[in-house]
Amino acid sequence: MNPLETTPDKARPVVAEAIRTEGLARSFGDLLAVDHLDLSIPTGSIFGLLGPNGAGKTTTIKMLTTLLEPTSGHATVAGFDVQRQPREVRRAIGYVPQLLSVDGTLTGRENLIVFARLYSVPRQERIRRIEQALEMIGLTDAADTLVKRYSGGMIRRLEIAQAILHRPTVLFLDEPTVGLDPVARRAVWDHVKELQTSFGATILLTTHYMEEAEMLCDQVAIMHQGKVVALGSPDQLKSEADEAETLDDAFVFFAGSSIDTGGTYRDTARTRRTARRLG
Amino acid sequence: MTPQGHDARPAALADAHQSTRDGALLRGVQACRDFVKQVLIIAWIETRKIKRDPTELVTRAIQPILWLCIFGVVMNRARAIPTGSLSYLDFMVPGILSQSVLFIAIFYGIALIWERDLGLLHKFLVSPAYRGALVTGKAISAGLRAMSQAIIVSLLGLLMGAHLNFSPVAIMGMLLFIVLGAAIFSTFSLVIACIVKTRERFMGIGQVLTMPLFFASNAIYPLSLMPAWLKLVARINPLTYQVDALRTLMIRGGQSSMGISLDLGVELLVLIGLIMLGSWMYPKAIR
Repeated sequence: MNPLETTPDKARPVVAEAIRTEGLARSFGDLLAVDHLDLSIPTGSIFGLLGPNGAGKTTTIKMLTTLLEPTSGHATVAGFDVQRQPREVRRAIGYVPQLLSVDGTLTGRENLIVFARLYSVPRQERIRRIEQALEMIGLTDAADTLVKRYSGGMIRRLEIAQAILHRPTVLFLDEPTVGLDPVARRAVWDHVKELQTSFGATILLTTHYMEEAEMLCDQVAIMHQGKVVALGSPDQLKSEADEAETLDDAFVFFAGSSIDTGGTYRDTARTRRTARRLG
Repeated sequence: MTPQGHDARPAALADAHQSTRDGALLRGVQACRDFVKQVLIIAWIETRKIKRDPTELVTRAIQPILWLCIFGVVMNRARAIPTGSLSYLDFMVPGILSQSVLFIAIFYGIALIWERDLGLLHKFLVSPAYRGALVTGKAISAGLRAMSQAIIVSLLGLLMGAHLNFSPVAIMGMLLFIVLGAAIFSTFSLVIACIVKTRERFMGIGQVLTMPLFFASNAIYPLSLMPAWLKLVARINPLTYQVDALRTLMIRGGQSSMGISLDLGVELLVLIGLIMLGSWMYPKAIR
């Protein structure tokens, strides 16, 4: 047997654009959460969706990960159409939701086993990848501890490990460092960078931390009220915005409001809750 | 070898048709294997949880103990309910077992709301696992949890002098019906959880459902005592078929009033219907 066949990964089309959307829109009743989004994200890059709570970032991710049907428009992820080929999309992507995605009543290793098996990673490969993932995120010693005893930073790292066991070509990270202290945040950044370099994964992350976007992203889209109001590399955006000192200033320039404003009661409650359980 | 690999093989025109048919068959077999594996891994999670926190199994024993030791003892003495050739205790043990399985299963959907609120559900739904496999896995999980009730109620019945049937076939059959019953009511519960979406509303509805399901069944009195309208309700209540099957299997001299194959058929059909409904509702729970 060909050694390359030890991975279950079916032949995936090599596409120049890991994510492409055309007029992608989603409304909830009268509210247009995502307003005709046109994005083109090149394979192998780290792309940041930046904006305050309620800007439409999470709704965009939910549509791209097949969790939510678009109201109109099209999107392809890893070359597959999210509406017509949802199973192919799911096989090709990894997802770390904003909320908790590991089970506190299982150990770290058990959490990894469950997902490796749901993605049909064959046994030998599974054991190898789980050990490798645990080592990469520095949880080898804590692998057999119940996750409910983990710190917020450890949980985030475990979630990232869980999302890459099946070697996704596109990875979605929704607010990957919300509620983490600066040390844990830095550790997560290092891992995200490492995923790009060692697996060649395309990464789409949402954040409302400007520092995070500057640190990680090749390209950034500033979202405001469901629309992209500015797009470019962090440096480009800063120079376009009247030579702004920081991305924060650039944001105010493009969106006309500070990143701290915006968001509904529900968003705020959710962010606080996420922060509390990770903190 | 992957089905895709098979398809990609250059085939002579003559067996091209045969080859695509083989490909489809291979994909079908692979899909079934994946489905079963996914069901098993979801159920495996439950075994870990039961092992780590068995307290629920103990607290769940209290209700059947009260029913058997108080209600059962009094009614046994009163001889107010005609139960044919069986003593009232013999008649009641399978009914109480079914009831405690129902009570475990009907609140099982709360786990879904919990997982939704945390974010675990999002993660499962983004995986390529079949929705049906996720729902079936949950149903089997409830079945595993309910099995403990079989042990508790059987032991209790034995202590009180019920005439239990311990043939291996009867025990296997009893366990099968317990898993089936728990699967039915837990999937029903999951469907409700998908609709109501909050814990508070779910608990309210769960409370409202359990008693009618229990009383409109043959669990503690035979159908023959019921007025016609209630008899009709009991006939469409899956719990009735579950009790009938358990009464036939568990009790020496127990006789089925509906036929065990009808019991099995009805339960399987209801379960398949509910799983299909659940698989359709499941992804909607996160909205």
